[in-house]
Amino acid sequence: MAILEVNNLAKSFGNTKVLKDISFSLEKGNVLSVLGSSGSGKTTLLRCLNFLETADHGTIRVRDELLFDADDARTTREREIRRKRLHFGLVFQSFNLFPQYTALQNVMLPCQLLAKEEENYKVRKKQMFAEIAANAHDLLKTMGLAEREGYYPHQLSGGQQQRVAIARALAMKPDILCFDEPTSALDPELTGEVLRVIRDLKGGDRTMIIVTHEMAFARNISDRIIFMHDGYIEETGTPEQVFDHPRSERAKAFFSKSLEEI
Amino acid sequence: MALIMEQMPIVLRSLNVGFLQTLKLFIVTLIGALPLGLVISFGSMSKVSPLRWLTRFVIWVVRGTPLMIQLLIIYYFPGLVLKKPIWGGGEAGRFLAASVSFILNYACYFAEIYRGGIQSISKGQTEAGLVLGMTRGQIFFRVTLLQMIKRIVPPISNEIITLVKDTSLARIIALQEIIWAGQAFLKGSQGISGAIWPLFFTAVYYLLFSGLLTIILGGLERKLDYFK
Repeated sequence: MAILEVNNLAKSFGNTKVLKDISFSLEKGNVLSVLGSSGSGKTTLLRCLNFLETADHGTIRVRDELLFDADDARTTREREIRRKRLHFGLVFQSFNLFPQYTALQNVMLPCQLLAKEEENYKVRKKQMFAEIAANAHDLLKTMGLAEREGYYPHQLSGGQQQRVAIARALAMKPDILCFDEPTSALDPELTGEVLRVIRDLKGGDRTMIIVTHEMAFARNISDRIIFMHDGYIEETGTPEQVFDHPRSERAKAFFSKSLEEI
Repeated sequence: MALIMEQMPIVLRSLNVGFLQTLKLFIVTLIGALPLGLVISFGSMSKVSPLRWLTRFVIWVVRGTPLMIQLLIIYYFPGLVLKKPIWGGGEAGRFLAASVSFILNYACYFAEIYRGGIQSISKGQTEAGLVLGMTRGQIFFRVTLLQMIKRIVPPISNEIITLVKDTSLARIIALQEIIWAGQAFLKGSQGISGAIWPLFFTAVYYLLFSGLLTIILGGLERKLDYFK
């Protein structure tokens, strides 16, 4: 069963059509990489899924629930959208950790704020916070950051900051975790350390969408690839199909260029 | 020198009274201008363009003309031109007019500092909060507010130190602040006349008070130094 179903998504900024007609679905537990040159609409697609942008057309369904329908005003209200965002997690290119909080606090804060909305918050506060703290410790440990819990973001390397950001996104237990060029702000050494962490997240029923320019990584980790060009899905399939036997001319040109030795 | 020592107790008593008025104007201005500045800064960033342009026009006029002129117009215009003396008479009336002038003037400067602080916070902070399920209110109070405060403390401190000395401009409408009190001994007061030193001596008050503020504001700045 598809965990995510996107139909006819379109988005314009002023007169520029950035997404033209995007439809795809994603199986639970699969990893999807979205490739394409800059300006092809990859990031906008992720931002529409996370409701940081409101699509002009189309629908978004998660677990068969209609989260968003551009033609239905009831699904586009800010108040309801906040809850719907929680189906998705997003790891940013620029980390966006909160600088005044330690690594551990960064991971815990959103969960603590959300816990306040639970019915029996006042009675169970202590227990809830203990669970949140335990979960945050575990996640940071998984990210190899057990020793860095008490550090502030400016005291961490870019790779460490991005791993905290991944832990923070995971703490919210999203159905689908999205990565927006998670290593583009990092040097090659730190890139490797972050990519390894993402690779290790694969497995079980964790569903991920990764926008990246790391071709080898995308090929190895992905169950499916989407190649975007000019706001359309130009080519889609398994990594073998898309990388080795691309059908469209544009995909052929893109992949031959990206694999070229310089 | 002996004469000065003799005059000292009388002069100090008088300067203390004047300084109290200076201090009152300083505190009232801060209490009024710090929050009013926030309102004005929201106006200058409003999506409603008439409101935005009006606010920016007011900021331009207030920052573009001397505070002394503003004091004179605000104090004298209602009574002398409109024949409606809204400030009331005496020292209380002068203090009220001076407070209004200072609050309006400083609020406009603070507004521009706030605007800079708010606009300097990267959009990514808000977006991160949104995707983590926070409300706009939570994002403001738990994420961006402290970052803004950290950025505006140094320029606000600067304005506050300037305000200490700007209060002396209220002398122009005869508010009985410390300059007025020092000057009184020049013309003659409490048996002392022709003495210029009390006027010069007021500088010590300003210096000590701004020194104290520098220490307090520096402490606040260091307190926020733990993050970048």
